[in-house]
Amino acid sequence: MEVKEVTLDSLLSEVQGLKAEEYRLIQICATKVNEDEYEILYTFGDRYDEVNLRFSVDGKTPIKSISHLYWAAFLYENEIHDLYGIEVENMVMDYRGGLYRTAEKAPFK
Amino acid sequence: MATRSVVPFGPQHPVLPEPIHLDLVLEDEKVVEAIPSIGFIHRGLEKLVEKKDFNEMVYVAERTCGICSFGHGYGYVDAVEHIMNIEVPERAQYLRTILFEMSRLHSHLLWLGLLADAFGFESLFMDTWRIREQILNMFEEATGGRVIFSINKIGGLRKDIPNEMLLSFVDRLDGIEKETRVAAKSFLEDSAVKSRLCGVGILTAKEAEELGCCGPMLRASGIRRDTRELGYGAYDDLDLHITTSNKGDSYARTEVRLGEIFQSIDLIKQAVKKIPDGPFDTPVKGFPNGEYMSRIEQPRGEACYYVKANGTKFVTRMRIRTPTFANIPALTKILQGCDMADVPIMIVTIDPCISCTER
Amino acid sequence: MGAINYTGKVLKNLFSKPSTKRYPEEPIKFTDRTRGHIENDMDKCVLCGVCQMRCPTGAIKVSKSEGTWAISPFSCIQCSACVDGCPKKCLSMEHEYQEPGNEKITKVFDLTEAQKERLAEQARIAAEKAAAAKAALAAKKAAEENGQNT
Repeated sequence: MEVKEVTLDSLLSEVQGLKAEEYRLIQICATKVNEDEYEILYTFGDRYDEVNLRFSVDGKTPIKSISHLYWAAFLYENEIHDLYGIEVENMVMDYRGGLYRTAEKAPFK
Repeated sequence: MATRSVVPFGPQHPVLPEPIHLDLVLEDEKVVEAIPSIGFIHRGLEKLVEKKDFNEMVYVAERTCGICSFGHGYGYVDAVEHIMNIEVPERAQYLRTILFEMSRLHSHLLWLGLLADAFGFESLFMDTWRIREQILNMFEEATGGRVIFSINKIGGLRKDIPNEMLLSFVDRLDGIEKETRVAAKSFLEDSAVKSRLCGVGILTAKEAEELGCCGPMLRASGIRRDTRELGYGAYDDLDLHITTSNKGDSYARTEVRLGEIFQSIDLIKQAVKKIPDGPFDTPVKGFPNGEYMSRIEQPRGEACYYVKANGTKFVTRMRIRTPTFANIPALTKILQGCDMADVPIMIVTIDPCISCTER
Repeated sequence: MGAINYTGKVLKNLFSKPSTKRYPEEPIKFTDRTRGHIENDMDKCVLCGVCQMRCPTGAIKVSKSEGTWAISPFSCIQCSACVDGCPKKCLSMEHEYQEPGNEKITKVFDLTEAQKERLAEQARIAAEKAAAAKAALAAKKAAEENGQNT
């Protein structure tokens, strides 16, 4: 599995480039590495090929939403916010923690 | 100006087998906007990786959903096998393909029944479910379970399915094909059914691609993409014809799924003809270390299984991206501008599986 | 025109037998592989505890000191991992489904008297062997020491 490492700041320009080449969004997911390191993995696809972008965050810094480029991303981003407690800025549809009705806030944190 | 009102739809509604909630903003009888809301049955299965080791996680992955249970187990084992570089014997690959196609059959037949129920054709609904019952019986004969099969394991299968049993399945599939053709006629040619489906919930190819749709939803909009073409399992050796339609409406989605039923029957027959003899599992040593994203074509569309492991008994992350998760944005898109009375039909035609979506 | 499509089917259904079974009168047919519930043949069980380790849900509890093997059938997921792992092949997957109930019960199986005696006999032999080995080792050591002394 090939993964291209990006940074929090370069993400948007990378995604813009992929959008221009008409890639589609496959998925976004977060992985907990340890207490203050989380990996965010973005997968894009063109026909059957996939491109993975990944960067690490500390869980407290908000990440930037890509939902103005890929509208469907809002569900994945809300999911990351609800399960991992990572803030996502500028989502087109922000459920403010109401997408998953969990008894505990950010259960995967 | 027409007055606007908000009508809540779900989580409990006769047409919904599972809870999803939609806030429908109406202008008279027309839907202007639909805001989806899920999360009623989030179970946190992905969190269980901390408590169950990588072998036991197969059972957890299978229990993500009752209809796609085989596919979920398959996706997870496929990812772990890629991480551990395990070469799965060819017989196991073929058996998995056969079981997978059978789950596609029963999932699509179930969906056809739900659709018939949604437009109020009760006897057609009963008929398709009666046909589906025979497939569940076959599953019970082959694996011991009707819904949860527990037959997958890392490195192959836990039980062999003898060739005689496979041949008897092929005989019975002929009967199923005949019966489905009769039912298909009612779905595709009945004027009352057509009036409920044609032109309802049109999704253009461009929108489908932009919103990241997958599965029959995408193929009904005229895009020919099917993850089975990647050639995992035994699909590489089989002759796969992908059913597509250009109309993009609910009728097209019915057409595509019906086409896939006959396609699946054909694939099973091909696989039974070609299946090699030999071992059906390989011993597994050690623990997985690495990461992999496995993509397979579930009955509802492309599903992704991301597994990351660090060389211990427990994997660090298992993530399931289910097809319904990708199709919900498209649902909100097709609901815009439709009639209130067509909302149930449209929700059914994306074939929502909320249990998968929330895990 | 379309409505006529289904008429034949409807007429056929009207005059044919229902496709469902009259369940309590007509018993269910189980297949050879149906996974229903777990039974343990306590005449063969040696309480080794492999099943307890294999069980993904922790439904099985084995107690060597009390000589019991217990399963909570409502936690069991019928995966048959224990049956596959059993070294004595005393566990079996029965076809009849687990009976429903109001309470989450635990089924306890006691060792049969014959098996208890057999296990006690085995333990006695093992203990004797161990004691003999220990004695032999001690004798050897003593002999070595004697040899060194002389």
